[in-house]
Amino acid sequence: MKILLMGNPNVGKSVVFSRLTGVNVMASNYPGTTVGYTKGSLKIGKNTLEIIDVPGTYSLTPSCRAEEVARDMFLNENPDLIINVIDATNLERNLYLTLQILEQGIPTIIVMNMWDVAKRRGIHINIEKLEDALKTVVIPSVAVTGEGIIQVVDSITHFLDNKNKFKPSFKKMQDNERWAFIGTILTNLQKIEHRHPSILERLEDASVNPISGFLIAIFVIFVTLQVVVGLGELLIDYILDPIYFDYYGPFITNVVGSIFPDGFINEILIGTGYEYTESFGLLTTGVYVIFAVVLPFILTFYFMLGLLEDFGYLPRLAVLIDSIMHKLGLHGYSIIPVILGFGCNVPAVLSTRILEGKREKFIAAAIIALSVPCMAQTAVIIGLLGRYGIQYIAIVYGTLFLLFVSLGFILNKLLKGESPEIFLEIPPYRIPHFKTLLKKTWIRVKGFLIEAIPFVSVGILLINILYIIGFMDALTNFLAPIISTLLGLPKDAVGALLLGFLRKDIATAMLAPLNLTANQLVVASTVLAVSFPCIATFVVLLKELGVKDLLKIVSLMIILAITVGTILNIVLGVLS
Amino acid sequence: MQKLTDVKPGKKVIIKQISGGFGIKNRFESLNIREGKEIQVVASGPFRGPLVLNIDGCKVAVGRGMAAKISVEDVDENSSNG
Repeated sequence: MKILLMGNPNVGKSVVFSRLTGVNVMASNYPGTTVGYTKGSLKIGKNTLEIIDVPGTYSLTPSCRAEEVARDMFLNENPDLIINVIDATNLERNLYLTLQILEQGIPTIIVMNMWDVAKRRGIHINIEKLEDALKTVVIPSVAVTGEGIIQVVDSITHFLDNKNKFKPSFKKMQDNERWAFIGTILTNLQKIEHRHPSILERLEDASVNPISGFLIAIFVIFVTLQVVVGLGELLIDYILDPIYFDYYGPFITNVVGSIFPDGFINEILIGTGYEYTESFGLLTTGVYVIFAVVLPFILTFYFMLGLLEDFGYLPRLAVLIDSIMHKLGLHGYSIIPVILGFGCNVPAVLSTRILEGKREKFIAAAIIALSVPCMAQTAVIIGLLGRYGIQYIAIVYGTLFLLFVSLGFILNKLLKGESPEIFLEIPPYRIPHFKTLLKKTWIRVKGFLIEAIPFVSVGILLINILYIIGFMDALTNFLAPIISTLLGLPKDAVGALLLGFLRKDIATAMLAPLNLTANQLVVASTVLAVSFPCIATFVVLLKELGVKDLLKIVSLMIILAITVGTILNIVLGVLS
Repeated sequence: MQKLTDVKPGKKVIIKQISGGFGIKNRFESLNIREGKEIQVVASGPFRGPLVLNIDGCKVAVGRGMAAKISVEDVDENSSNG
């Protein structure tokens, strides 16, 4: 038994899905959060039902990859039942897709979400009349609080008893017939009282106005940076560092020391001791980098990102910078993948699916992979360079920004075609639901830990083994000329730069024991940020773009990493 | 009739005609932007930035080139919202 959850973008399908299946999926207040699909199951009595959260679509004629996924699933998955989620505050537009679905003759349950918002806005809808008109059940709901979900489950149970229960009988209609049909039912059953715009609604318009919008954007970005970096540092200084140095470090050294007093295993697990964050023991540096260097910033970043997402700010930022992004071969909405990239490049590359064209997707993916450092790497850069002063961090990010702009500009000129225009629904501002926000932050932090722990462990293990068997020395000597003449780095930096392919955070942390000067650290961090994507990003790039485009991006990376590093090395050398 | 791109922010207008092929009409239509519909221009981005339209309380950002394909007329008192 297969159930598809369908509806317009940003109506709350994913929230309904989480409520029904208990599977946690990411939901945000902007169109396109779900670009792939998630499967979950619901057990009713003896029946196990498969429920699929389909990406949002406005119609069954797709205009981007995510909408294509939706249409193909609808046509090819042979669903037994459709749960069509619609937005009560925007009935007219939502019913267009509903009619297209009903015309296909598949049993359909309609969940009318955002019922509370509609009531607040003075929208009255006669549910019974709507059910008569659509010849199926309509359930008002408030998915974030769970209101209406029991009725949805009840309706599914009724359907299990009688498979013909919600089977619609609509003939195929032309577009104008659909709109006429919708127009007639709405005049009969929807009443809208006039209300004065609320403060939130006025703030919505101020955010897209060129002048006030610009000021608001600066304010939002400033506050976000302050919270992410400031709060992250507070967490490190007052909580994580004390725990590691005062309790965890001595404890783990004693435990391991009592089991393996010395030798190979002790070497790998503890390294040169917990007091040195560059000891490269699996249980010392490995744990320290993940939990006390990177995790705090991941936490604060995803909390702020979630807050901005759920509030509905990001699409407005997209509108404001649209004309600038066009110069880079993209349109404003690509700011969303870019911002996600500052957290982790993997979801960022996946989310380029919300962009329409192949050309745009390629430019966005290339720009992200080359010039947007993930939060894990940023955290280590802050840790390493922060002690020399903020200007060094600024040089790294300034260079990456210049690369971002020039790369987009050049790719836009080189690649044939034009960037499509922005065409996007801007969600209303909503006060974030705090529990949902915390849960979402947790899903993302957990995702980070699940990915980071094995990769960092393997990375440290691998590097230790490669050094022990002498492979690293051979490779180092081989690559040393490039590294030292062009980039001005000691040959030991080869190991760190190569490890960047596995994970950027641990690779950047490996620069710590090399006693580099601040300038050398700047060059090495920048080269690491530009060069090879980490293996996880590599895999999604391959999946999303195919071998050919991936090879293009990788060649760009190698060339640009060496070029940018060399130029930085020369410029910094001249300046000092 | 005037182009939607020439309408001042804050003004309500009625869509009279959408020129262009099936594809573009379809995209507009799926967001409820269609001939006969009353809409309001909320904001107009600087440097040829996009327009933000209000369609029954739902805001949609539309690139300038696409918006230029829409011809509109000022709302007149007798016409209904359709």
